[in-house]
Amino acid sequence: MAKITLENLAHSYLPNPQSQDDYALKQLDHDWDDGAAYALLGSSGCGKSTLLNIISGLLVPSQGRILFDGQDVTRAPTAERNIAQVFQFPVVYDTMTVHDNLAFPLRNRGRDEAYVAERVNEIAQMIGMEHMLSRKARGLTADAKQKISLGRGMVRKDVNALLFDEPLTVIDPHMKWELRTQLKKLHQDFGHTMIYVTHDQTEALTFADKVVVMYDGRVVQIGTPEELFERPEHTFVGYFIGSPGMNLLPAKIDGNQALVPGGTVALTQGYGPLAGNIQIGVRPEYIRLSRDEGLPVTIRRIEDVGRHKIIRADLMGHEINIIAPEDQQITPDMTRAAFDPAHINVYADDWRVTGR
Amino acid sequence: MDKTVNNKAWFLVLPVLVLVAFSAVIPLMTVVNYSVQDTFGNNVFFWAGLEWFKDLLSSDRMWNALGRQLAFSTIIIAIEIPLGIFVALHMPKRGFWASVVLVLMSLPLLIPWNVVGTIWQIFGRVDIGLLGYVLDAIGIDYNYTQNTFHAWATVIVMDVWHWTSLVALLAYAGLQSIPDAYYQAAKIDQASRWKVFRYIELPKMAGVLMIAILLRFMDSFMIYTEPFVVTGGGPGNATTFLSIDLVKMALGQFDLGPAAAFSLMYFLVILLISWVFYTIMTNLDKRG
Repeated sequence: MAKITLENLAHSYLPNPQSQDDYALKQLDHDWDDGAAYALLGSSGCGKSTLLNIISGLLVPSQGRILFDGQDVTRAPTAERNIAQVFQFPVVYDTMTVHDNLAFPLRNRGRDEAYVAERVNEIAQMIGMEHMLSRKARGLTADAKQKISLGRGMVRKDVNALLFDEPLTVIDPHMKWELRTQLKKLHQDFGHTMIYVTHDQTEALTFADKVVVMYDGRVVQIGTPEELFERPEHTFVGYFIGSPGMNLLPAKIDGNQALVPGGTVALTQGYGPLAGNIQIGVRPEYIRLSRDEGLPVTIRRIEDVGRHKIIRADLMGHEINIIAPEDQQITPDMTRAAFDPAHINVYADDWRVTGR
Repeated sequence: MDKTVNNKAWFLVLPVLVLVAFSAVIPLMTVVNYSVQDTFGNNVFFWAGLEWFKDLLSSDRMWNALGRQLAFSTIIIAIEIPLGIFVALHMPKRGFWASVVLVLMSLPLLIPWNVVGTIWQIFGRVDIGLLGYVLDAIGIDYNYTQNTFHAWATVIVMDVWHWTSLVALLAYAGLQSIPDAYYQAAKIDQASRWKVFRYIELPKMAGVLMIAILLRFMDSFMIYTEPFVVTGGGPGNATTFLSIDLVKMALGQFDLGPAAAFSLMYFLVILLISWVFYTIMTNLDKRG
């Protein structure tokens, strides 16, 4: 187990990157604390897998350094880093039995057979495959193959870190839940540093202590699920996390008031003069539909999702979403939307600004 | 379920039936006909029954040719398959050089067989051929027209030169179909180069390698043109393979009866071995 430090790290797949756009991973400094569980969240193509492959040594970064417990491993091959990684698509060795598949990483490191057998049995139990250990891996379902891949990742106890690259994409939803719970338990029991790449926010928020949100090759926010929800540092985080995502409205900030289309909104903090493209962001959970207070809206559609209602409305040409409690009656005279001042964030050029 | 009866369908397949009849069925039946008769010319035939088959099965001539043929096929498969895999493993995976290598590799396959034979026949000559001359110059008394071993070596090297590309290209196609994740996972699992080959590359290539072996077997079992051009079956009968012997018997000596019996048995051997290959291959597919 180790603390992983990224220094000035950046990567481009092109031989001579010219501009920022050429970088798949833009400059990044970050410490992954020893024994913490991280989720790396972002849409497809944002650089998540690139970052993971750099940490595991499958890729050498164009610039910067990677340190494991202070020791430079930037150019060290994967084998020396002692890392386990599980990939999106199942990788099994077809001609071996399930048992031999699970034993493979241990045997390659020359562990004695008694220890190998013990570990394989433990892992097989964890992934629920103890009854098919002697079967060939060929012809198993994608589910079962991915469970073997996960098992191979977890079979070594002494790894510096466990990396997961969207490992549950091919697994059916029920099993997904179970495996995620087991991964979490594994983390609690052994305290490995874990990095879990996903584009599924539920997966990220339930798995990790800390979620790292990436957007366009950049880490835009690192925080607990609560921080990501309450104070998204970047408009992308607001939009990507939450269902539906945060509402954004163009605004002019004047002290502790925001001038938005349709009226003004009170803020709990005052702001100095701001430059750039100014927006306010407020989550649908913190908007209330009302008869007499707030901004004028036109309701377009109401979606009842069971535990609450999602109201799709129009505010002077801007689409906004409102979440109303399941038992609230929506009447035609509710034509105003009130924002909760305590939960409004202000953004300049997509980045959150703090008030005074 | 009621079947629709429509006899016009027969009419539509008739052209194919006629074609197949003239190109395969009638010639084959003519051979069967020859194989049970004897003739002394003038199209006069006498019934001979199974006599030719009995004669051939007890003659050394056919057994020797069959032995040489099996030895030849075994040797070239034993060389070309491992060598083809080795070459494929070292071919560039992508980029400009991958295309260049692919084109270079296909060149030998595009040369007509008799030209391949002529190239090697001249190449190996001691007086004007580069290979023969060089071997002679470094003190090896190389002469494929008189020395049995030299004749065999020349014919085998020629076949390896001609056909290893095919095995390499097939193996290369098999290798290209392996997703990168397999190699990455192997690195994470700290698998040695040998284990990557044994547990990832070889199993993924198994299918195409079976096809390569089948193709190389059938082709080499029927080989005629190239050794005929180079050695003419000699020295003596040293490189007289089945097809060369058959042509000698049928067109050289004009022994139509024995030659027909010979070619039928030849056909049955190829059929049998191909059936064995086919069975193994379909079993492989079922497991996969």
